[in-house]
Amino acid sequence: MTAIAQLGAAAAASPSAAAADRLYPLRRALETLGAPLAALLLAAAAFAVLLAALGKSPADFCALLWKGAFGTWFSWQNTLQRAAPLLLTALCVAVPAQLGLVIIGGEGALALGGLAATVAALPLVGAWTPFVQITMAIAGFAAGGLWIGITGLLRARRGVNETVASLVLSYIGIALFNHLVEGPLRDPASLNKPSTWGIGDANMIGPVPGTELHPGLAVGVIACVLCWVLIFRTSTGFAARVTGGNLRAAQLQGLPVARLIVLACMLGGGFAGLAGMMEVAAVNGRANASLLAGYGYSGILIAFLARHNPLAIIPMAVLLGGVGAAGGLLQRRMDLPDATVVVLQGFIFIAILASETLYGRFAWFQPRGKA
Amino acid sequence: MTPAVSVEAVGITKRFGAFTALSDISLRVRPASVHALLGENGAGKSTLVKCLLGYYRADEGSFLIDGREETIARPADADRLGLGMVYQHFTLVPSMTVAENLVMSRATVPAVIDWRRERAELESFMAQMPFRVPLGADVGGLAAGERQKTEILKQLYLQRRLLVLDEPTSVLTPQEAEEMLTLVRGLAHSGSITVCIITHKLKEVARFADEVTVLRRGRAVGGGAARDLAAPELTAMMIGEPQAPATLERRGGAAKEERLLVRHLRTEGDAGRPGLDIAHLAVHPREIVGVAGVSGNGQKELAEVLGGQRAPAGGEVIVAGESYAATRAQAQARGVRVLPEEPLRNGCVPRMSVTDNLNLRSFDRDDQGRPRAWLDARAMAERARRMIASYGVRAPSREAPIGVLSGGNVQRCVLARELDGEVGLLIVANPCFGLDVKAVAEVRARIMAARNAGTAVLLISEDLDEILELADRIVVMHAGTIVHETPAAGADAQAIGAYMLGSH
Repeated sequence: MTAIAQLGAAAAASPSAAAADRLYPLRRALETLGAPLAALLLAAAAFAVLLAALGKSPADFCALLWKGAFGTWFSWQNTLQRAAPLLLTALCVAVPAQLGLVIIGGEGALALGGLAATVAALPLVGAWTPFVQITMAIAGFAAGGLWIGITGLLRARRGVNETVASLVLSYIGIALFNHLVEGPLRDPASLNKPSTWGIGDANMIGPVPGTELHPGLAVGVIACVLCWVLIFRTSTGFAARVTGGNLRAAQLQGLPVARLIVLACMLGGGFAGLAGMMEVAAVNGRANASLLAGYGYSGILIAFLARHNPLAIIPMAVLLGGVGAAGGLLQRRMDLPDATVVVLQGFIFIAILASETLYGRFAWFQPRGKA
Repeated sequence: MTPAVSVEAVGITKRFGAFTALSDISLRVRPASVHALLGENGAGKSTLVKCLLGYYRADEGSFLIDGREETIARPADADRLGLGMVYQHFTLVPSMTVAENLVMSRATVPAVIDWRRERAELESFMAQMPFRVPLGADVGGLAAGERQKTEILKQLYLQRRLLVLDEPTSVLTPQEAEEMLTLVRGLAHSGSITVCIITHKLKEVARFADEVTVLRRGRAVGGGAARDLAAPELTAMMIGEPQAPATLERRGGAAKEERLLVRHLRTEGDAGRPGLDIAHLAVHPREIVGVAGVSGNGQKELAEVLGGQRAPAGGEVIVAGESYAATRAQAQARGVRVLPEEPLRNGCVPRMSVTDNLNLRSFDRDDQGRPRAWLDARAMAERARRMIASYGVRAPSREAPIGVLSGGNVQRCVLARELDGEVGLLIVANPCFGLDVKAVAEVRARIMAARNAGTAVLLISEDLDEILELADRIVVMHAGTIVHETPAAGADAQAIGAYMLGSH
């Protein structure tokens, strides 16, 4: 006992530094907030230089961007409408990212989710509406979850690179979608734009009263909050973060690594599928090429901008939704090509990715005291 | 061909933080000779040659090349002086041909390569060599021995005058090793090059070296002409006199029943190295079984199988009477804990907080051991606070990522976590690697205390002194199997050393 008693005494005597740096969590939060803000400013500055080189006024651009995205109730609605599916497709990237996976196949999962939701609704046209809608949601979630789940299974069981697998499976999913929509499931009445039969007006999800907003936005926000809770407040989420942070440590702790990988992929894919279902049920009323609007790919961008934090996805989706919403106005008023906003998006993306290297660079943000 | 050089090290000292890796080493390598640097793992052999080749900078002392003091601040300086090294791990590009690898390794490669001319030059270079490798073959398709030859050819092609070989035979079959060392010795004795071989194999020293220097714990402890030194003498120098056992109180003896029983355990070998093949290994409560062996003889694989990081190919692991597959539920139910080597890399999540890392074992269980779905942040913080206090962890904040802590404090965290609560079986791998003297004493005292409290401890260590100090029983691993077993009381360090080196 003597040796341990001595150790205990020594431990007690050494100034336990646990409480030495109380302000560290606060400074860390500041760092997390400051780095992307600095990156946004930098991107804006670089873009301003580009505009000036084109002979356009950066100030006018900012004013119009603001007006088109957030300036009026109408533009706000437009922005939020665009943000709704992005919230869900970003989760398709952010949830598996907790395990260190880079999944980029959200587009295919969204398409198949929308298609599955439509197919599930077709035999039920005329049934009790909430029942139809819930069935559609389940079908969409399941189809997306299955699709990305295959990627997870390949990764966990066979060590296949999940990024490539999810991308290739996404192409296959889109091809399958096109084949079914243009072939067996095509409504012969859809002449110019091949589409499936409609789910029926009665089964459409209407806008929130007094607005043009459909409830997809609320679904997305709720999904983001639930994911945040899952990741940061549950044992399963903790296990996932340990696995993503250090696979060897996770194995040593006996964590079910393979199961976690498949689970996270299915969950993420399910959200992308749900985004497809919402687009069908609230916007299009049927599955057609309108589903392939690039939401899956923009979701990748947003998840990375949010550093895979589900709560940060919400403002990032609104931001990019706003940039997209302002595109038309900028095109008309400033005589800029419509790709301009894509260029701006690219600037933001590069700047935020580069800002990753800023973390830990400034001593002021770091824990203080002897370690 | 440029003539071989002499190399002299004078008072080389190298420190890493508080740890002194080399202290005041002096040695002389005669030109056109084969000089062996002999020592156990961690004795400082690799550190010394890395100083010579400019990868590290010695804190004190200097190197004399052909009698002239030279500053070797970076690898390019060593390059200029004609000093080259063949690494344990190959540095060739597998997807390129031998010829491409050789040309690419030159310090200056022209922007446009005239392959016809290069090819002709390489052919004539190869014609002068005592051994050949097909120039057009892809390196990836060569056997390990041929790749090693290519590495040596590359060094000769670069007109080296001193060649350092780091454990050159560790990846070769005995026949390849024999052939390769004969060739190298021939090159040295022809006067074209000086050779320095890092090794822990006595046979190689006796067969191929002209002179030998023995390192132990960062000091040059002896040496001389290889033919004057017999194997027992060299072993004694390498292992050293066992230090007086520290005053660690050992209470009670081993219980009867086995806590850990390993039977006929096998793993797949990789890259020509044999896998594990352990017929029988048992650890009892209140007993420390030390696994001695030179690195790379299966200890890592054994620790990985028991820790769930590697799947066995056959055999069984039994813990507390039942089959054990290292799942979380089994580990929690039977109190199996692991202190991995390099704890930051193997046992922690560097970017998660100290609190989170201290709770890796217990985050999903409540006080009664029932599974819980929700994290209990308050209980986790409280547990972390308690562990930090009782193990004297010095951390700037409990919320700081564990990666910013010093090595000793990371090891304290892992100790605190793995020794918390009821520990049935503790698997420890090189727990004191890279720690300073005070931390070493503390870690060992904790392990002994766990043993005295009834834990069965399997201590895998490359430090024989550590095993002699802590273990109740010692087993020796060589080439994946257990070749020797002895009670620790009255164990003969020399005999154990001989088994470790496979020369018994």
